[in-house]
Parts: sequence; structure tokens; C-alpha cells
Amino acid sequence: MDSPNHNSAQGTDLPKLADDQVRLDAEGPLRLDCGVALDHVTVAYRTYGTLDAEKSNAVLVCHALTGDQYLAESHPITSKPGWWELMVGPGKVLDTDRYFVICPNILGGCMGTTGPKEIDPATGRPWGLSFPVITVADMVRAQAMLIAHLGIEKLFAVIGGSLGGMQVLEWAASYPERVFAAVPIAAAGHHTAQNIAFHEVGRQAIMADPDWCGGDYQSAGKHPHRGLAVARMAAHVTYLSETALHRKFGRRLQDRAGITYGFEADFQVESYLRHQGSTFVERFDANSYLYITRAMDYFDLAEAHGGVLAEAFRETPVRFCVISFTSDWLYPTSESRAIVHALNAVAANVSFAEITTEDGHDSFLLDEPEFREVLQGFLNGAADHRGLPRGRR
Amino acid sequence: MMADQRKTIRVDLQLIADMIEPNTRVLDVGCGDGTLLDYLGAFKQVDGRGIEISMEGVNACVSAGLPVIQGDADTDLADYPDDAFDYVVLSQTLQATHAPRQVLEHLTRIGRRAIVSFPNFGHWRVRGHLFLFGRMPVNKTLPYQWYDTPNIHFCTIKDFVVLCREMGVTIERSLSLDHGGHRRRIGSHVFFNNILGGQAVFVLSR
Repeated sequence: MDSPNHNSAQGTDLPKLADDQVRLDAEGPLRLDCGVALDHVTVAYRTYGTLDAEKSNAVLVCHALTGDQYLAESHPITSKPGWWELMVGPGKVLDTDRYFVICPNILGGCMGTTGPKEIDPATGRPWGLSFPVITVADMVRAQAMLIAHLGIEKLFAVIGGSLGGMQVLEWAASYPERVFAAVPIAAAGHHTAQNIAFHEVGRQAIMADPDWCGGDYQSAGKHPHRGLAVARMAAHVTYLSETALHRKFGRRLQDRAGITYGFEADFQVESYLRHQGSTFVERFDANSYLYITRAMDYFDLAEAHGGVLAEAFRETPVRFCVISFTSDWLYPTSESRAIVHALNAVAANVSFAEITTEDGHDSFLLDEPEFREVLQGFLNGAADHRGLPRGRR
Repeated sequence: MMADQRKTIRVDLQLIADMIEPNTRVLDVGCGDGTLLDYLGAFKQVDGRGIEISMEGVNACVSAGLPVIQGDADTDLADYPDDAFDYVVLSQTLQATHAPRQVLEHLTRIGRRAIVSFPNFGHWRVRGHLFLFGRMPVNKTLPYQWYDTPNIHFCTIKDFVVLCREMGVTIERSLSLDHGGHRRRIGSHVFFNNILGGQAVFVLSR
């Protein structure tokens, strides 16, 4: 958005909206946890399936740190399949013949929703570091504004993995009457010291890149590609498991017969990580990475409820399905179990399954048959209780 | 849907199901593949929950739409608030817990009533097996060898009655079940039922 189109609204020059963007002026302003009231909040979102006449079949999918709204369709920048195309579509677990699936880009994101990359309506320049620091609760408030804009009073389900799962927990805690079923996957009720530590490594890598320009790289016509790529490389290791890394790469060399006694990517795992880093920077904004990781670090649902996680869910009418993966060491099963314990303490309706897999934290994005079965079974059961008709297939 | 396909359930589960009033809240501790919960949901409109230790069991339950968590009766009951359920069911699981007395205390605390079933180690066949062969019994109700059994705290009907008395727990109903599926009221006839009953079902309250 180098040259925003100037269409005047409320006396302010606001960028022209794309087809899949909505400016939530009627629902705004968005009151952030930091105290700032954000005007003209724009949310970019994609939908799949058809909203039924009663508006009862809406499923909100919350994406993770580096995800976006392109859930079940080719990505406009990378041309890769949607990040949950395995799960979302006609006859799939999130059956678009049965459900109306909504996936918004999160607040602070960089795919069209208000965030540091977008234009600050007050100055006409990119927000950069003048963008207020946001929280997971703020992301959820923005989503709630979108859902209100769509005229949906109650979501059938809110589903998400990782940061998406934190948003799910926040949804259930903040808007229990607007959620029928909640599925936090590979998530946690707070960020641990280890989680914060890894994020800090990533942020420091970005800020150490001279092209970051103190956060104002857009004005300078630059982007801290190297720093962001290193952040992605470090983070990517945390999304896998040692077993998965060993299985995929071992100590195998990359297109060479022997080690080269240098610092080129001798090993396949190095080459893989460099590729992950370089493709990531094509589609992601460095400041977005700073803001979103910060929001995750600040996430502590218990602290927001007097230090007792169970208090976040007292008297909750929401049906929960908590899912974790055995090899996930970023958000390990113990974190999911803490959520389950809190839900049990208020006698909530909760299912909890730990899926056996070697694929680490990223398992929720992969083809894990047991995971699919559990999610499908839970959703089918919940949909039957909600009285949603079965899909065509 | 599932219940339609298997309207007949294990005789001891049927016995427990018959003791549960419709439209109540039930926690099934050690719910296995969810047979009882499924039945109670379909035929008694029960708001049921389950805890199961095996992941296969949990995944089967959740995949069938039953609200079940992976957990352990010995550690996870402490989380639940008092009187959270109308009934807490512990079927054929007590003998596999590490601290049966503590588990029973939680059951009667969490539920207004606890329904507990267990194999009776005082049954004449068990006594006979030990007496005649001098070995730990292995049969249909107790199918494991001593070295690979999950059952670490066997008791007899009499043991159980004595424990309930020590704990100050009220026995509201008690039935024994022989191997032919015939039920008998235990009541004060502990001596005979402790010989004739292959399994026992107790309804307890505080």
C-alpha cells in the first residue's frame, strides 16, 4: 500500500478496501488493553460455505502466529494451498456443506487487517512502531466486531491451533454466550518462560538487522529480511521435534559428497531452515512479527481472572474439546491438561485428547488421522446437539 | 446413533444404568470406550462426562461425540468441585486405583451419589481356586495373570462394606451379581453374598 487511494470517510483519508476487507466503523472503536481506542479498524477475512438462515452454522477459525485468512484456497503471494485445506472443504472435517467457515486475519497481522504495516489514518503513513501494543484479547475483540458485523449472534464453534488456540480460550472466557463449542488445539493458558525466551530471540534477530531501521523500514523502502528469516528459522525448530528432524534430515548432506570445511549449508537441515526463512520473508512483515509475538508473551488467562484459570470459565455453557500432541514441546500436553483441570474445576463440558505423533507442535497443520477423527467426532456430536443438519455427503 | 447399534450392554453396566434417574448429570470414571455414557445419553437423556486413562478409549469416545477427558482416577478427581454431579460412576475400576479409599472419598464428594462396581475377591470360585490350586485365580471376571494385572487392590464385598463403615459413607443400595447374571440384594446378608457374588454394585452417599 505505497499509494493509498484517498476515499474520504468521516473527514479522514482512509485506504480503499479490497473485496475481502471490512472497515468496522459501526462496531468501533476497538478499545485495546493498553488503553488506546483504535478507530477505523479494518479486518480482512475469507469465508467458505454458506451461512444458514438462522445464522447458526458459523465456525470461526483463528490462525496462528504466521498464518493468515487463506485457510482453504491458494495463497495470493506464495500460490501454496491454504494452510488448513486438509481440514476445510466439502465433506472434510470442517464440512463446508454443513458449516459456514470464517477465517479473519488477526489484528496486528500483515494480510489486510489493521496492523503495523497498514496506514495510520491519522498520519497517512504506515503505523510502524507507533502502532499500539496489542494483546490476544484485543485480537478477539476485533474478531467479535467482525462477527457482529456479519450479524451472527452465536458462533457454532471457534477453533484454532497454537496462538489460534489462545484466541479460542479468550473467546470462551470473554464471550461465553456467543460460542457454542470451543476447540483449543496445541495451546496454553499462558506463555511460559521458554515460550517468551524463544520469541525474544526472534525479536532481537529482527531488531539487530540494520534494514529494520528502528522499525521505520517502510519509509526507507527496506525490509529486514535477514533478521526476520533468522527469527523464522529459530521458531521453526520449535515447531518440530527432535524425532521429526532426525527422521527428515538426520546428518545427511545437501547435494554434496562430503563436508566442505566452510559455512555453506552442508547439512540438509541447514538448507531446509534457510529455505523456510527465505520463503517466509516474502509473505510476512517484520513489525507484525514483533507485535504478534508480544501479544502471545503477554497472554495469561489466569492472571486476567485473579490468578485462577478456572475463574475464566466459571458457569461456562461452552462445550470444550482440548487437543494436544505428544511430541509438542512448545505447548506441551501439560499445558493443555492445566486447561482441562481448570474446566473440570467448574464442571464444564470438556473433552480432552492427546494425539500420539512425532511431528511436534506443527502437527495440527499436518495430516494426522487420529487428530482428524477426534476433531470430526467432537464437531459432529456438538453439531447434533446444536441441531445443525448433516452435510450432503 | 451409536446406541442404536448396541442396545444391549454388559450386564453390570445395565444394572448401573437402571439405577440412574433420567435427566441427571453423570461422571463416569474409567469410562472405557464410552458404552455406558452412550447408553445413558441415548436412553436417559443424561448429561454425561467421562474420564478414561487409556488414549485409545478417550479417542474412541471423543470421536463418537462423547465428552471424555484423558485422566487418572487417582490424580484428576481432586479438581472437581463438591456436588458437581448427581452420580459418579466407578465401574470395575476401583481395584485398579492406587488409593481406593481416597478415590471413594472423592466420588462421594463430587457426586450426590456414587455408584461403584467391582469384582468380588471373596467369591467361592476365587476362594476355591486359591484353596485347591494354591494359585491366584484367572477366570472370565479376573482375566489377568498376577504379574501383568492392572488390578492392584482387590477386595471382597465384606472388605468394601467395612471400609464404607469406617469412612462414614452410607450404603443406599447394594447388589451382587453371579456369573449367570442373577442379581441379589446384599443388604445385611453380607456373608452369603460375599461367597455367591461374582461382582458387586454399591450405591453410596455421604
